[in-house]
Amino acid sequence: MKVLLAKPGLDGHDVGVKVLAHALKAAGHQVVYTGLRKSIEEIVQKAKTENPDVIGLSILSGTHQILCEKMNAEMKNNKVNIPWIVGGNIPAEDVNALRKTGAIEAFPTGTQIETVVNYISNFKK
Amino acid sequence: MEPSVVQNKKEEIKNVFLESGLEVKPLYTFTDEYKKNPDFKEELPGQYPFTRGIHPMMYRKRPFTIRQYAGFASPEETNERFNFLIKNGQTGLNVAFDLSTQCGLDSDDPRALGEVGRVGMAIDTLEDFEIAFNGIDLDKITVSLTVNGSAIVLIAMYFALAEKRGYDLKNLRGTAQNDILKEFIGRGTWIFPVDKSVKLVVDTIEYCAQHVPKYSPVSVCGYHIRESGANPVQEMAYAFCIAKAYSDETMKRGIDIDEFASRLSFNFDIYGNLFEQIAKFRAGRRLWAKIMREEYQTKKEESCWMRMIAGGGGAGLTKEQPENNIVRTAYYALVSALSGTQTMALCTYDEAFTIPTEKSAEIALRTMQIMIKEMGICDTVDPLGGSYYVETLTNQMEAAIKKEMTKVDEQGGIIKGVATGKIQEAVSHQAYQREKAIQDGVILKVGVNCFKKEEAKRAIEFHPYNIEAAKRQVEKLKRKRAERNNEKVKLLLNVVRDDAIKNVNLMPSVISAVKEYATVGEIIGALKEVYGEYDEPIFF
Repeated sequence: MKVLLAKPGLDGHDVGVKVLAHALKAAGHQVVYTGLRKSIEEIVQKAKTENPDVIGLSILSGTHQILCEKMNAEMKNNKVNIPWIVGGNIPAEDVNALRKTGAIEAFPTGTQIETVVNYISNFKK
Repeated sequence: MEPSVVQNKKEEIKNVFLESGLEVKPLYTFTDEYKKNPDFKEELPGQYPFTRGIHPMMYRKRPFTIRQYAGFASPEETNERFNFLIKNGQTGLNVAFDLSTQCGLDSDDPRALGEVGRVGMAIDTLEDFEIAFNGIDLDKITVSLTVNGSAIVLIAMYFALAEKRGYDLKNLRGTAQNDILKEFIGRGTWIFPVDKSVKLVVDTIEYCAQHVPKYSPVSVCGYHIRESGANPVQEMAYAFCIAKAYSDETMKRGIDIDEFASRLSFNFDIYGNLFEQIAKFRAGRRLWAKIMREEYQTKKEESCWMRMIAGGGGAGLTKEQPENNIVRTAYYALVSALSGTQTMALCTYDEAFTIPTEKSAEIALRTMQIMIKEMGICDTVDPLGGSYYVETLTNQMEAAIKKEMTKVDEQGGIIKGVATGKIQEAVSHQAYQREKAIQDGVILKVGVNCFKKEEAKRAIEFHPYNIEAAKRQVEKLKRKRAERNNEKVKLLLNVVRDDAIKNVNLMPSVISAVKEYATVGEIIGALKEVYGEYDEPIFF
């Protein structure tokens, strides 16, 4: 599985996304990481060139709803049909709202790394 | 005769290792490592090498400053929270800025979408500072600005505000975090390429040495390096390497070490083994003093002081059973006080989820006040001094930190290590190892991998995002842009740009620009035109 991990917005906390990158690699997946502070536009362009099986957004500043809505619009505008998930500092009660934005799954605060790795490993292409 | 330890061979005990790799014995006596530091018997607080504290009387004379991190929404709301904290006995301010401000973007910048006033207060122009600090006596309450990438602008605003309100810059106290090298390792609010970023930090150090001598322009942060995955030895070693790098660069401008060294301060992390942290701070104080005196030949005593803020330990707190974090932070406060900190700031118990509510901020404040008023923590200086265990560990930590610093030097120094991403790679690798250790139950966390409990859905109250305040902030910015003298602003921004090209100290031109209400985004934007932006090397 090829996974594109991305940090949209201005949030600079990248410990979690890097730990996930390590864990995904250890589980045998290929990981591409965008680095910090990418715009949604840049992330979608990166997805077009990398063509991953799944995209993961990491957001810890609390802007997840706004950024996910933007992600959904940008993916549609570019006719990119790659499933994407979101994780980070996300209250459990926001999960349903995030799923409605088009994220196929949202991993709230306190999710174990293992849970995300298993989710991606069991992902049907 | 030396005491001996009777070993019970039948009793099997586990080997214990600290995060730093040091092995812990079940009992320490007047032997071995304890005696390795020949001076320990004579060591006194307030005397070189300051292992036991930088002042002779420490908290007996004055307790540590309580400086909770605060700031959200607009300057108006933040001013209210500041006044609440001061009214409740807080003795300093520790200002949180939103990410747009920290990244040098104005509140109406499209990239600031959703971020205005979210994780801290939004600042666009000097007017915002005037509102935020309204009614606060800058002589009585020292202010710490937690900002890095755009620090030069915010420091300039603070000085401009102080001048406008009639304070003498010669006597102005306060601190800016302004440690950009650690931002490349953790936290991530860098803007410019590494060398230009360091140049800006050195500009502030030089300017303060000459014009604002009591201000601390840099607080070197081991904190965020540790939060990103470094162990306690690396935390200290990297911080000292960074502090040395700023010192070296400043001295290259012909400034004597004694003109600025005493104004360098540190920000450290607390979570983890209690004794390891205490020893880390005692060892750090001794080693920093030796570095300053032996390597840098400082003449002034204060130049050897490792002054610090400590108390936080976000990575030690858990999302599970969040109330347990109240207990954890109380222990962190104890560690910090037993380590001789100058300033204390605790994480609030809900910080793993949200920015602090008024209630959680109050609990953190009371935690420190209970310790000061009820526990006798201020009565005696360095109460653990002389402990077989703590003194032994202090000696071992000193040697380990020194060794780690040598390793960085051998690899080309900290600036190079950060620029190539090698330090970040090492730290992130350790973060993964730590996460695995927690998952495998090697590192135990109550509520996470032991004593787990099904939890009620909403354990804590969330501090709501104030979208109305964000809108008002944008309107205020637009109004200010319309009413200021725009011709003058344009001219002054050109001076900033020219000074950047000429490679002279930027503080004077930035101060002139902020006084005419040039925005954070405009000034940082002008510098970006000259310096470009950092191209992050992707390592994990």
